[in-house]
Amino acid sequence: MILENLGIVYALLGAALAVLLAGSGSAIGVGIAGQAAAGVVTEDPSKFAKVLIMQLLPGTQGIYGLLVGFITLSKVGLLGGGAAAIDVQTGLLILAACLPIGIAGLISAIYQGKTSAASIGIVAKKPDQFGKAMLFPAMVETYAILALLISILSVTAIQV
Amino acid sequence: MSDLQYTYAVARIRAKENALFSGATIDQLMACKTYENCLQFLAEKGWGDADTPANAEMILAREREKTWETVRELVSDMSVFQVLDYPNLFHNLKAAIKEACTGESHSNIFYKDTVPSAEELLERVKDRDFSGLPAMMSQAAAEAYDTLLHTRDGQLCDVIIDRACLDAIHEAGKAAKSDIIRKYAESTVAVADIKIAVRAMKTAKTIDFMKRAMAECDSLSVDALAHAAMSGMDAIREYLGGTDYAEGADALAESPSAFERWCDNMIIKTIRPQKYNSFSVGPVVAYALARENEIKTVRIILSGKLNGLSDDSIRERVREMYV
Repeated sequence: MILENLGIVYALLGAALAVLLAGSGSAIGVGIAGQAAAGVVTEDPSKFAKVLIMQLLPGTQGIYGLLVGFITLSKVGLLGGGAAAIDVQTGLLILAACLPIGIAGLISAIYQGKTSAASIGIVAKKPDQFGKAMLFPAMVETYAILALLISILSVTAIQV
Repeated sequence: MSDLQYTYAVARIRAKENALFSGATIDQLMACKTYENCLQFLAEKGWGDADTPANAEMILAREREKTWETVRELVSDMSVFQVLDYPNLFHNLKAAIKEACTGESHSNIFYKDTVPSAEELLERVKDRDFSGLPAMMSQAAAEAYDTLLHTRDGQLCDVIIDRACLDAIHEAGKAAKSDIIRKYAESTVAVADIKIAVRAMKTAKTIDFMKRAMAECDSLSVDALAHAAMSGMDAIREYLGGTDYAEGADALAESPSAFERWCDNMIIKTIRPQKYNSFSVGPVVAYALARENEIKTVRIILSGKLNGLSDDSIRERVREMYV
């Protein structure tokens, strides 16, 4: 009985990991950048809008994780009310498909948070260089997007 | 994660660095014709408070207080900064020993805000309770006290305490987790050793005196430096030419004030990479040192203007700025 239902458990675990890991990474990243943003606003409140944008950059990984989580849940029918009958092999495939955004999301969000904090330092000293400052943390985003792409492609490609 | 706990502090320091004087600001201050114009310029830059009297010392003291108020606000573990306070602390020890031995009491010779306080130091020295002093100073304090009491040789007393101070800075540097404190300690001790060698050479001191005054450090050999000092200025320059302090040799050749300026610039050069560090306590330490350097430079300019020194001779003493 348990073995029969293990497929859906793996699939759900995949969705949970995508949301949990990417979301945690974003929380840490936004937290790091937020501390730096608060430091600048303490001295110069006029820079609030600029540093807020910087702070939000590491938040996207959490959204990507959520997106993959939604697609997975809808794929296995949990959103529609009736869970599909999924064998263990398919469940594991879905779990594997969710891992890229989970792991790359976690790591990239933390590093993006650190890069954002450093870029907030640029805004503090040279506010006119805001555009350039924003590019550095944005570069880290590339790898979260690549992971998101592979997760979405994989989840949608799996036949349930 | 420990470096990340300073993220807020470093970002705030980055914003505060905008208010630090650049070389251009120092040029503007230099361009002020009179001492009063300089004070007005400083007031326009926000130095002092609205209720601070228009007096250079009061303004500079207030600025120093502001710096340390900021640092205390940003850093919960002030032990990192203790090493920066050692010169003041050991100065207080010297003053306490001299006051205890001579029985003469002078106000305003102690630095405030040291740990332990000047009053506590004086009390312990008067009671000859040297073991109650911090471990780094207890032995030197006892030795300096006995030396002064028996020989009345104030200079020897100073040498003993200064050596203990340099040893304490060196030890603190070696024990420090923070890279900037290690580099600061090494530069400070090495520069002090070079200063001792130059002064001892000029006053024809013995090699034993020099070795007693100089503290060990990693970037210089005390033995080689002392031997070079015995042979003369050219030998010191030649020795320094082969170390990290080759530029100091050029400064020595130029003039004594150029050498003093190089000593301070050396510290600023050591801390300058912290401008590009976004985490760790390093930028906060660098800011505190940069402010001290800035205040010292402004003091040099103000006293130069007050005493009618020529712009050239003031400029010769103006230090490099951090930003």
